[in-house]
Amino acid sequence: MLHAVLPYVLCILIFAIGLYAIAVKKNLVKVIIGVMLIDTAVNLFLVLIGYRVPLRGAAIAPIITPQMGSSRQAVSELLGNAVDPLPQALVLTSIVIGLSVTALMVVMALRLHQKYGTFDLTQITKLKG
Amino acid sequence: MRGMTLIVKTITALLIGFILLFGFCVVLTGHLTPGGGFAGGVILAAALLLVVLAFGADALKERLGHNLAVVWESLGAIGFLAVGALGFIAGTFFAHFFAPKTGFVLFAAGSIPYLNVAVGLKVGAGLFGAFLMLAAFRETERAGREEGD
Amino acid sequence: MSATLAILYVVLAFMIIGAIVAVETRDLLSSVLCLGAVGFGLSVADLVLGAPDLALTQLVVEIFSVVLLIRTVVAREDTTKEFIRDTPHVAFMGAVIMAIVIGVYVCFQALTPFGDPPMIMGQTYMRAAEQAGAKNLVTAVVLDFRGYDTLGEATVIFAAIVGCYALLRTRGRTAQHEGHDAHS
Repeated sequence: MLHAVLPYVLCILIFAIGLYAIAVKKNLVKVIIGVMLIDTAVNLFLVLIGYRVPLRGAAIAPIITPQMGSSRQAVSELLGNAVDPLPQALVLTSIVIGLSVTALMVVMALRLHQKYGTFDLTQITKLKG
Repeated sequence: MRGMTLIVKTITALLIGFILLFGFCVVLTGHLTPGGGFAGGVILAAALLLVVLAFGADALKERLGHNLAVVWESLGAIGFLAVGALGFIAGTFFAHFFAPKTGFVLFAAGSIPYLNVAVGLKVGAGLFGAFLMLAAFRETERAGREEGD
Repeated sequence: MSATLAILYVVLAFMIIGAIVAVETRDLLSSVLCLGAVGFGLSVADLVLGAPDLALTQLVVEIFSVVLLIRTVVAREDTTKEFIRDTPHVAFMGAVIMAIVIGVYVCFQALTPFGDPPMIMGQTYMRAAEQAGAKNLVTAVVLDFRGYDTLGEATVIFAAIVGCYALLRTRGRTAQHEGHDAHS
């Protein structure tokens, strides 16, 4: 019973740590790190949902290899036991979008540092540039 | 932006061909092996990032400049939409516009290889362009600070 | 407990410790490197969970984002004073995190258990894609069945990168504007 829920709980713990970083920290780079941690946790959660326990051995990725050739029986056995491909498809685009959002946040942080001279959020909201 | 030492420049010059080749291979065989447009595009962007970090951004301004990145990114986006629009020949948007071949060949599975190439170009050129702007910005900022002193 | 589950727990523990160190340490360069470690842990977890495209993509994306963050953090002086770490604050934050975790544990009992995905569309996509001739089923789902979502994702990436270009523009400032800005 514990093994059915524990991977999800540990993943949400990473999400909670990222949320704590966004809410509490005063340094802008720590806030950016918090947003990236939340992104990582959500991607991990989606991949964990799609996992299917194989009959034996390691997890079966949803890729048809040449060893299976054209035997229908091997292919249908793969389709019954493979990991679900739909969450992986969603996460694939999500990872690259996370990188673009990180680049945008980094550019904003650089502009703020150029204008105010510091990464401290309390200083930035106080000064009028 | 200043480059790095001679060792880094030599190793980069030796390895950059292999890294770019690996990136193209991951993009082109995305429908057969793990990878695809997104992974291959980010690998291409990381290879160009290595060149910019090792040699300095201003040493490459005419060959790997900002205009090149913008043009290739736009070509990737237009290519994606064009492949989707060509699907109207076969019925709806994004339909395969020729009969998909099966098997482990390079041009199997309909319009998926073309979409992979378009996405790989778009993602790679876009991320590289963003980094290039960042490097140029840091250089003007450092020059401005040195002038102000 | 199978080997896959054991490796998964070890990698998750590594990611949690890396996340705590990345958020709490005072040196910015160390926290960026710990964030890189969290990303690499995610890549290994993807490999163990049967998602090799995701492992490849996450590895290279993590390298790229660590390089971006190091370039912002290095050689920029920073005089941030974090809030004083006294016991009531730490206890409150610890209580909030434990409340989230325990709440999630109680609520997720109602989810389908780990290892048994509830989705039927995944099976349908796999069968249809295999008949259409694609060998990598994840790429077939991303580009063929969910092509519109990929178009939307290309638009989002385009918008983010155009935002970066717009924020970093210095070409609009000619020489006389630079003198004007130095005075104001």
